[in-house]
Amino acid sequence: MSAPSTQHADTTPLTMSGAEVVLRALKDQGVEVIFGYPGGAVLPIYDALFQQNAIRHVLVRHEQAAVHAAEGYARSTGKVGCVLVTSGPGATNAVTGLVDALMDSIPIVCLTGQVPTHLIGNDAFQEADTTGITRPATKHNYLVKKSADLARVVHEAFRVARTGRPGPVVIDLPKDILINKAPYTEAPPEEQPHPSYRPQTEPDMGQIRKAVALLKAAKKPIVYTGGGVINAGPDASKLLTDFVRMTGFPCTNTLMGLGAFPASDPQFLGMLGMHGTYEANLAMHGCDVMLNIGARFDDRVTGRLNAFAPNSTKIHADIDPSSINKNVKVDVPVVGDAGRVLAALIEAWKEDDAQQDREALASWWRQIDAWRAKNCLHYVQSGKIIKPQHAVKRLYEITRELGRETFITTEVGQHQMWAAQYFGFEKPNHWMTSGGLGTMGYGLPAAMGVQIAHPDALVIDIAGEASILMNIQELGTLAQYRLPVKVFILNNEYMGMVRQWQELLHGGRYSESYSAALPDFVKLAESFHGVGMRCTDPDDLDRVIREMIAIDKPVIADIAVDQKENCFPMIPSGAAHNEMILGPGQEGGVAGVTDEGKVLV
Amino acid sequence: MPDPTDTTLRAATIAVLVENEPGILARVVGLFSGRGYNIDSLTVAPVDETGRISRITIVTTGTEMVIEQIKAQLDRLVPVHKVADLTMEGPHLTRELALIKVVGKGENRVEALRLADAFRARVVDATTESFIFEMTGNTDKIDAFCALMRPIGLAEVSRTGAVAMARGPGGLKA
Repeated sequence: MSAPSTQHADTTPLTMSGAEVVLRALKDQGVEVIFGYPGGAVLPIYDALFQQNAIRHVLVRHEQAAVHAAEGYARSTGKVGCVLVTSGPGATNAVTGLVDALMDSIPIVCLTGQVPTHLIGNDAFQEADTTGITRPATKHNYLVKKSADLARVVHEAFRVARTGRPGPVVIDLPKDILINKAPYTEAPPEEQPHPSYRPQTEPDMGQIRKAVALLKAAKKPIVYTGGGVINAGPDASKLLTDFVRMTGFPCTNTLMGLGAFPASDPQFLGMLGMHGTYEANLAMHGCDVMLNIGARFDDRVTGRLNAFAPNSTKIHADIDPSSINKNVKVDVPVVGDAGRVLAALIEAWKEDDAQQDREALASWWRQIDAWRAKNCLHYVQSGKIIKPQHAVKRLYEITRELGRETFITTEVGQHQMWAAQYFGFEKPNHWMTSGGLGTMGYGLPAAMGVQIAHPDALVIDIAGEASILMNIQELGTLAQYRLPVKVFILNNEYMGMVRQWQELLHGGRYSESYSAALPDFVKLAESFHGVGMRCTDPDDLDRVIREMIAIDKPVIADIAVDQKENCFPMIPSGAAHNEMILGPGQEGGVAGVTDEGKVLV
Repeated sequence: MPDPTDTTLRAATIAVLVENEPGILARVVGLFSGRGYNIDSLTVAPVDETGRISRITIVTTGTEMVIEQIKAQLDRLVPVHKVADLTMEGPHLTRELALIKVVGKGENRVEALRLADAFRARVVDATTESFIFEMTGNTDKIDAFCALMRPIGLAEVSRTGAVAMARGPGGLKA
């Protein structure tokens, strides 16, 4: 199957191979780094990569890690992350990363190799129905069957990944398409509309004015924002801060939205949801007007739906119309980009002559301060065992004191929630975690992607000893590219969140949740050319943290923490916001877990 | 505004104009199965002169909130141009084509022909012991005809599923 030159409309002979066309399109799309792993079907692209200097390739050790690395890169830079994997197992290994990016709305373009077009459907070696498998795992996907389509498809993939609600896009590239000559076409101008894909970014001003009228009259308002504000770029976070300060409203962020509003601001109530703060959840429960910007009423946030913010009027701004009225019925839907929505809200707020009920707002704040006084994140560090909360808190305080630009990634579980609770983020794009899919093994490769994008920054993966083993092979990538990522393991020798649920919901039967036969993490780090450290003594913790940060190499700091510690506050599944369980020594409405709740995850 | 506590089910006939590209039907069907929506019937064919645009007609059942979700989720697919809820957007026509085979002898044959006449079904194939009737109509009419034929020798049914269009001069365009 050779490329017929008749595919090309004019008569100039084609000089570029399909692989070269792909790389040229990537370059024109501003790609500087691509995370990948070679294999038979993508050899033509690797050959073309070898012969150019514009795009840097980072060789990972597993395709799942390539996608997470691209996610870390994308989330810390605001650019599209780019991935290159081979056909068959290369593509199937990437699927977890793709779904992760889909759930968390991270812009990714993933190039997958495919067997040559004439072999598709023949069960050829390393063949998989990649577009079939990734259809529900991506925002959109393409199988390129004609060389003439190649450049257009790559440009379109970037547009789809980056615009609207961002997400992962797969381009499946048969090997003959990569080898044959193909025409190159420039990307169409941004303003040229796509025939069918036209996300709405500008909010309707009528809806904005309705929202402002409700907010001005609010007695117990709350601003609840999510990853949409982060995705709308750093300007959106700045606008959010401006808006919250000009209104005097309390603000809470979802797990994905942390950093959009400065954690140190007195108007910040902390994270909300299952492991959110007492004040954030009770303020959500008791509010009369809720402004949700770029969050999706996820079940981790809402708790029991029929008890969610029962007496509130809800305004929901989201770029994805399908997120509106999906879980929670809202009163004022606004479709648009979070940044554009915030700019419009600020403008309409200034234009609206109505006065705020300052008296009511002051009394709302008094109520919130009373909730705050509960000090729900309080813990006691005493004795010779390190409390995991204390480890995260000291890590935060020491990095803040050092003043270096710091990025935090996490794996999934208790350590992730402690990181979200005890590490304060002042700026967007500095916190990468797997929120929607909850992918153990996310943090290390994501940290790798962040470090590639920010070579001089301090990048720390706050990990658990179980999660870290899910993509531990990436220590090899860290070594190869001399990426001084710090892995800070809260080692409690349990899959902590599983253990916590087993303790609270399953009668303390710790079925298969003990991390038996753990490796020696110090030797493990050393065997991958890094530095390993272990800390078992609270008095030694600061020294270990400082030393870890000072070393200009990959480091694993294995912190032995209290095995029995649970993550509180906690809204058990199936419970409402005001049925939160607090930590030991703190009174609170302890919710009985119902069988109905047990069914939920 | 859909009320999430409302559990009343309604049927919806949804017309979707899509870019006629490989995998588009799988995308639509996958969306329905992946998110647990019902498909009562689904038809698809190209509808413009170049064959670039296809029209999918989906008949589904769900609560108001689910139907709103179905429309929003369909509209979110990259190759989807337009989504129209014909049931909500005013009066519309629905038609199905069915081929219905009836096997029998004697009085049953006479009765089958008499009923077919009443339902304006055409005989498109006949043997000494069977007929194939062709009929168009809305879903209820075909259901009713099949029910009547059952005791007198209904042997096989093939139906297209519903196609539908809004009444009046307005047109659904990509």
